[in-house]
Amino acid sequence: MVSIDVRDASVDFPIFDAKSRSLKHTVLGVVGGNVAANASKVIVIEALHNINLHVSEGDRLALVGHNGAGKSTLLRLLSGIYEPTSGEARVNGRVAPVFDLGVGMDPEISGLENIMVRGLFLGMSRKQMEARVDDIAEFTELGNFLHMPLRTYSTGMRVRLALGVVTSIDPEILLLDEGIGAVDASFLERAKGRLKDLVDRAGLLVFASHSDDLLKQLCTSALWMEHGTIRQQGPLDEVLGSYNHGRDHATSEG
Amino acid sequence: MSSSRTREAAPAGSGGPAESRSGGAGSAPIPTGRNFRSAFADLRRGWDQRELWLHLGWQDIRQRYRRSVLGPIWITISMAVTAIALGILYSGLFGIELATLLPHVLVGMIVWAFISGCITEGSEVFVANTGLITHLPAPISIHVYRLVWRQTLFFAHNLIVYAVMLVAFPQPLRWTDLSAFLAMALLIVNGTWVALLIGIVSTRFRDLPPVTQSLVQLLFFLTPIVWMYDVLLDNPAVAERARLVELNPLFHFVEIIRRPMLGQDQEWRTWIIVGGIAAVGWAVTLLVMRRYRSRVAYWV
Repeated sequence: MVSIDVRDASVDFPIFDAKSRSLKHTVLGVVGGNVAANASKVIVIEALHNINLHVSEGDRLALVGHNGAGKSTLLRLLSGIYEPTSGEARVNGRVAPVFDLGVGMDPEISGLENIMVRGLFLGMSRKQMEARVDDIAEFTELGNFLHMPLRTYSTGMRVRLALGVVTSIDPEILLLDEGIGAVDASFLERAKGRLKDLVDRAGLLVFASHSDDLLKQLCTSALWMEHGTIRQQGPLDEVLGSYNHGRDHATSEG
Repeated sequence: MSSSRTREAAPAGSGGPAESRSGGAGSAPIPTGRNFRSAFADLRRGWDQRELWLHLGWQDIRQRYRRSVLGPIWITISMAVTAIALGILYSGLFGIELATLLPHVLVGMIVWAFISGCITEGSEVFVANTGLITHLPAPISIHVYRLVWRQTLFFAHNLIVYAVMLVAFPQPLRWTDLSAFLAMALLIVNGTWVALLIGIVSTRFRDLPPVTQSLVQLLFFLTPIVWMYDVLLDNPAVAERARLVELNPLFHFVEIIRRPMLGQDQEWRTWIIVGGIAAVGWAVTLLVMRRYRSRVAYWV
């Protein structure tokens, strides 16, 4: 059963400066005693605070909130990249995170090779990817360019490639970050059908975005993040309504 | 000097809040938290994804020399040239026969390239993969496996020089010298924990990679690669001091594989020391993995 279970989870980031990053300072600090210990105190940013969340199979959850509200951090928590500093996060199922389409792409190797590496990273086997390569090649419409090194690609071509790979796999848990919407809106428009298919195939979707239209097309429920905590959770329209109301309210005041 | 006065200070790392209630329950979720189960799970899941890191390690090598005519032969050529130059120089300086010293230097340098590669690249293994670690959920061990695999490929590649050397300077090889393969396996096992341990610690403390690099440079001179331990032992004036080399763990790492590769008699002592270091090293690394594995994504 595909599900995500988060209980009392917090994510604290230590912010190291040059001093606390240094072994020399840390070692000397231990020998030096109290004074140095105070001086080398590490600042901690609480990115997520006491998150309680249950997402089960079939859920299509939208994440909304201002920049820095903790949406991306929450997605990384749900994907298992960050393990909570306290509390627990239990992820049941194979995760396909789509946070940044450019990461993990190697500019020196060809598009085809990049497809393979991407797929392997997403937990596919070599055989599975070989079976999908033709389909991906067709979707990207890159033709002979697939044999060229990735550094010769334009940004749009890279996005096609990355989106082609991601939408060709069958994820149990699909985590999408707004970044993909920001990269190339016109292509996303074209890829929407494929994205929808992907979402339908996925057992569970969590999608962080600032685009209400996109959210309405893909999601059914929503979660409003604010200052690293959950502000509101419920049906999409309800949460979007109060989120937008709050935002309009804030702008009209300020 | 004043360490006797210093009180027991709290361990660095600012401690982590209690957690990891993740008991038995279902087998589907990936074990998390600061326990041995999740540390082992990381190593095992990384191993299961070997299709990925075998591919990446192989690609690392091809890519580094993609646009050069000679390709990866470059590494091998530069290694051979350095070894031959040093062999000629030091055989003159020490008055040792070239036929004795050159194979010694050459094999020593091939082995050293593997050892130093695991240590110095290990100190940057997670920092260099920041993008992948913070964007794709994967066991951290795959980055280490990829590194060690890449170094192993380099090593295999450098064996070309060794093969040429065997033709020019035949060595008295016997069947028992096939133990070199077992020795290499032990070196790989050791290289893995070293890269993992140094990788985790130097992700937290960023001044470690440069320190590591200088230290490895220094160790090169402290390890009998361009000079010969046996020759020093024969000289009563320095024999006593030369014995200090035994304290250098890397001396044993080189000896365990160089001796069979040159058809020399091996000592059980070397195998016991290298095996012992592997056991202790892995024990320490697992302790560090248990406590800090989940922190790597936060630190990079």
